[in-house]
Amino acid sequence: MADVKRSTGPINRPLSPHLTIYRPQLTTITSILVRITGNALIVAALLIIWWFVAAATGPAAFARADYVITSWLGKLVMLGSILALWYHLLGGIRHLIWDTGRMLDVKSSERFGIFMLAGSVVLTILTVLIL
Amino acid sequence: MAYLTDRKRAVGLGSAKTGTEHHWQMIVTSCALLGLIPLFLFTFGHIVGASYADVVAYYARPFPAIIAGLTFLVGAIHFKSGAQVLIEDYAHGFARKAAIIFVICLSYTLAATGLFAIARIAL
Repeated sequence: MADVKRSTGPINRPLSPHLTIYRPQLTTITSILVRITGNALIVAALLIIWWFVAAATGPAAFARADYVITSWLGKLVMLGSILALWYHLLGGIRHLIWDTGRMLDVKSSERFGIFMLAGSVVLTILTVLIL
Repeated sequence: MAYLTDRKRAVGLGSAKTGTEHHWQMIVTSCALLGLIPLFLFTFGHIVGASYADVVAYYARPFPAIIAGLTFLVGAIHFKSGAQVLIEDYAHGFARKAAIIFVICLSYTLAATGLFAIARIAL
């Protein structure tokens, strides 16, 4: 065992390339967007929970929360969150498919990635039209 | 330290062996949210912007109230585990532990607050 002779510390081995090294690809972009959308939805969650607590508290508190959530900024956050929600949901479906061992090749992943990008926009437009 | 081999130093630093349970929980909650999210989106989206009286009357009904309650509960658990993975990828040491504890506390607080509000409106 050659490593016994080394006095201290781990060997300075080369690390695998990380985010800043890789050229952006469809697979990496669509994957990181799933993470970003999922975690960004906490903003909408906080706003919506506040709105529910306000509704449970009384008319004055509700008026304040309703004013914020239906303001142009509130509506912008809600619109972005609907897009994030659909994108994250489609990304989740891709993960569930991957978990069964299917569509793990690059071509299928890329194809589903394009479907996620386009599908989330289409579903967001449909949601806005329905609501 | 000089007398320890690399193998000896690595022993015990392996996986914590709770990864399977974590991943399974993500699968279960994402399957549940696959149904809950569209239902919540269209029930909440339908009533948001309405008057106070209308909102309170709407969430006194069982279906919208149960959908909202389940979405808060399952969504919070899903966020807790998902955000934990995010933290584990980018934060290390004390910051990692502190951030994970914060996210877990935030998740349960949101779930409890949301459920309390629904209960108060519905009952």
